[in-house]
Amino acid sequence: MIVVSLLFYLFSFIMIASAFMVILSRNPVHSVLFLILCFFNSAGIFLILGAEFLAFILVIVYVGAVAVLFLFVVMMLDVEFKSISSTVISYLPIGLTIGVIVLAELMLVLFTWKRDYSVTDNLSITTDKQYSNTEIIGLVLYTDNILFFQLAGLILLASMIGAIVLTVNHRPSAKRQDINKQVERDAESSIKNIDMKPGSGI
Amino acid sequence: MDNILSMYLYPAAIIAAKSVFLITTLLITIAFLLLADRKIWAAVQMRRGPNVVGAFGLLQSFADLLKFVLKEVIIPSKADKAVFLLAPFVTTVFAISAWAVIPFDAGIVLADINIGVLYILAISSLGVYGIIMGGWASNSKYPFLGALRSAAQMVSYEVSIGFVIITVILLSGSLNLTDIVNAQSGDYGILNWYFIPLFPMFVVFFISALAETNRPPFDLPEAESELVAGFMVEYSSTPYLMFMLGEYVSIVLMCAFATILFLGGWHAPLPILDFIPGFVWFVIKVCFMFFMFAMVKAMVPRYRYDQLMRLGWKVFLPLSLVMVAVTATFVVFFK
Amino acid sequence: MNLLIFTPVLPEIAITIVSMFLLIIGVFKKNEKTYSTISNLAILSLLVVLFLIFSGSVPKGVSFGGSLITDSFSLYLKTLILTSSIIILIVSNIYLRNINLLKFEYIILVLLSVVGMMIMVSSNDLISLYLSIELQSLPLYVLASIRNKSSKSTESGLKYFVLGALSSCILLYGLSLIYGYTGSIYYNEIASNLSEYDVGILIGVAFTLAGFAFKISAVPFHMWTPDVYEGSPTTVTAFFAVAPKIAALGLIVRILITAMPNLIADWQSILILLSIFSMLLGAFSAIGQRNLKRLLAYSSISHMGFALMGVINGSFDGVRSLSLYMLIYLVMSLALFISIIALKTNDEHIENIEDISGLAKINPVMALIISILLFSLAGIPPLAGFFAKFYVLYAAIDAKLYYLAIFGVLSSVISAFYYLRIIKVMYFEESAISFDPISKRLKTIIYLLTAITLLFFLRPSIFINFAGTASASLFI
Repeated sequence: MIVVSLLFYLFSFIMIASAFMVILSRNPVHSVLFLILCFFNSAGIFLILGAEFLAFILVIVYVGAVAVLFLFVVMMLDVEFKSISSTVISYLPIGLTIGVIVLAELMLVLFTWKRDYSVTDNLSITTDKQYSNTEIIGLVLYTDNILFFQLAGLILLASMIGAIVLTVNHRPSAKRQDINKQVERDAESSIKNIDMKPGSGI
Repeated sequence: MDNILSMYLYPAAIIAAKSVFLITTLLITIAFLLLADRKIWAAVQMRRGPNVVGAFGLLQSFADLLKFVLKEVIIPSKADKAVFLLAPFVTTVFAISAWAVIPFDAGIVLADINIGVLYILAISSLGVYGIIMGGWASNSKYPFLGALRSAAQMVSYEVSIGFVIITVILLSGSLNLTDIVNAQSGDYGILNWYFIPLFPMFVVFFISALAETNRPPFDLPEAESELVAGFMVEYSSTPYLMFMLGEYVSIVLMCAFATILFLGGWHAPLPILDFIPGFVWFVIKVCFMFFMFAMVKAMVPRYRYDQLMRLGWKVFLPLSLVMVAVTATFVVFFK
Repeated sequence: MNLLIFTPVLPEIAITIVSMFLLIIGVFKKNEKTYSTISNLAILSLLVVLFLIFSGSVPKGVSFGGSLITDSFSLYLKTLILTSSIIILIVSNIYLRNINLLKFEYIILVLLSVVGMMIMVSSNDLISLYLSIELQSLPLYVLASIRNKSSKSTESGLKYFVLGALSSCILLYGLSLIYGYTGSIYYNEIASNLSEYDVGILIGVAFTLAGFAFKISAVPFHMWTPDVYEGSPTTVTAFFAVAPKIAALGLIVRILITAMPNLIADWQSILILLSIFSMLLGAFSAIGQRNLKRLLAYSSISHMGFALMGVINGSFDGVRSLSLYMLIYLVMSLALFISIIALKTNDEHIENIEDISGLAKINPVMALIISILLFSLAGIPPLAGFFAKFYVLYAAIDAKLYYLAIFGVLSSVISAFYYLRIIKVMYFEESAISFDPISKRLKTIIYLLTAITLLFFLRPSIFINFAGTASASLFI
């Protein structure tokens, strides 16, 4: 067990440290790279928990797709590095106030919190060795929680439609390639013989 | 203390030894495959290819290795040094680490994990980071354009690769690579392999693998005529070598992955040929796939970028989605 | 598998399928007629669903393992939501053609948003609550900025999106605390596990209510409203003003009454503050506005404050008054928005109060109708708006919250001032501009809605009973 807890502390330490670096580093691209490191370490913690499916889905979806696009955008934006730190100071008072309030609330929650062991003791499904956790997720996701799954799908559909509606700009003047048209084109339809008189134009 | 030694240290040492062995073998194989690539390319163009170092140029790759390592590392003055040097590292490390779950023969696999397919998909989707980091950190226009192109390209083709893999998973009912290979065994040899029922998907996978590894005809991130050498313009010496190495390792990985998913892994094509060890079959199939990769490089002209995107999003994505639906229907109602 | 278990959610499923089907038609068949075809099909299918609900063919009960509940209350609210979206779609057909914005995606987004709202009012657990809120609001963010060539529309969409995302964070945080302290996502289990007093759950409830307050634009979470209302296309504004608020109020009522009846003392005080501030700020800020849409935004903030009064007591009478309020609010504000849409000068839609000066001389019928609607919004008897406010105030007095009722009356008086100012501009100011003729379809809708407002007092019992049976289902 000692190795497992060592790994846990290692992953969590790097995760928290890189999360700090996300907000502290001056270069936004570095921030995104630290964010990716953070994702990796949370995937590592999932692995320790034995949730390998979640771990790899996290890597595939967040690191492999979302963060790439994020990095893409951040690189393209070409943000001035210094301007960020100057705005930080002007927003500091209000940010601190809200932060302190939320922290105080969290503390209130933390100190009145007590653990109900009956809940964790009754978690039978994860200890069921009959299925791997990928199968368990599938069994729950597509039966009991089908509504949530479908709703999430609809939300994604709506956001996809939205992204397309807001950005697609059909310019009739833009020339587009029509492959069928190109293939159909032959000598007869595109070449014509003209008898030219000397000294005259077309 | 003894307990800890026997529980953790010895297994760890064994795994480390295995990994070192795997990596060494892999890299030596790559050296010769690289030569084969160049030889095939040359043969198609009626050239001789490398033939000076060693008999038939067999040691050419090792000569190249020495040359790369001995050259000076040049880092552009305004480059982001850390990220610049991290990028080739990332590419190579991710490419090699994916090999951990590849089964070469029944039982010969470093880590026989439950979700090997997802692991490979995850690792191969990370390959883009090396390129995008390298392109950005070079602080130069061509590399940056190359990196942007490659990011869009790899993300697009990952989607269809994912769907192709889902069809295979649906048929085999497992995410474990060994199970997928075993699901393709049977009395009919080659007829049991998935490339027959899933032939369209095999083609889609092959083409997407070309795009995913930035091989011609989809090598737009490093298109010479437009971007000099794309994201690798500013790289030289060992970092460049690591980029090249990572690229070839992931190409061979894709060959091995295709072999496992569609060509029956280590199983013999005919039941009579079972006496030949599975490992040999696996290598032969991987080499065949690599030959196909090399031939495509030699024969097909480079795609235009909009054609590439069109192919990925408007042809492969709908096609693979339909095939997922068809396969799922088949599995539910006829199997 | 027994497909009958899905019949209680058949309306939602039907609209979802229709929206996807129409999306495919729209993508593959692109020509000038696409918009009206899709629009007509959408209106038709919504009418069919509305008829199904109205005729009582939708069975009541829970579905998806208790995640969704179909009872009289949710069916009542669904009727309101469907009615308003049908009217909006009909009007949009005309309005979007005028401003040359015939994008078929508009209809798809409205349909998806309607699905979200319908699930909102029948959601019976925390996850479906959150997901349905997101499903409802995401299309609305896009609709707000659908006029992507106008910077105001884009700004309003962006503002709405950023603040909406923030409010979703706050809401989720609150929901997670509620889940953490009760150990369940289902309302009935939350209600039974809530017996002991915890600080954590209080913070959870406060955060959740803050998130909800954003959705109904109650003060102090109202800042987005005027800008979004002003920037969006007017039909979208009309939609914003009515349907999402009905859905969000329904959702608030359900979660407060069925999941947290034990915490009434705690959420009551939060709601009282929200209600008073909304009523007063809505009334005072509207005075200085020149833009009609901004003015209506503040007016809607004030009306939300009134509507919240109905929840505060947590009693049957309160919820009934709230249900009635939503119905009357729907009729009045839709009619007013459509009147604004209908009035054009040289093909330009009116924007400011000055634009309708002298309307009484040019188009006395429209001037009269707008006056009736404004009087009704101000709560002048015997128009429908009076009854709405009367029942809500009655509920507040019933709960012995006299000061709340006083604030209500006060803000009503203040708001009457700016409503009357518009009437003054219409009747007593001269204007040289003329108005374009109004299309028949718009006229019919306006006349119909105004007739309801005007003639409500003849048989108020129809609507009150309707609202009463709906509300009763929450208190079984």
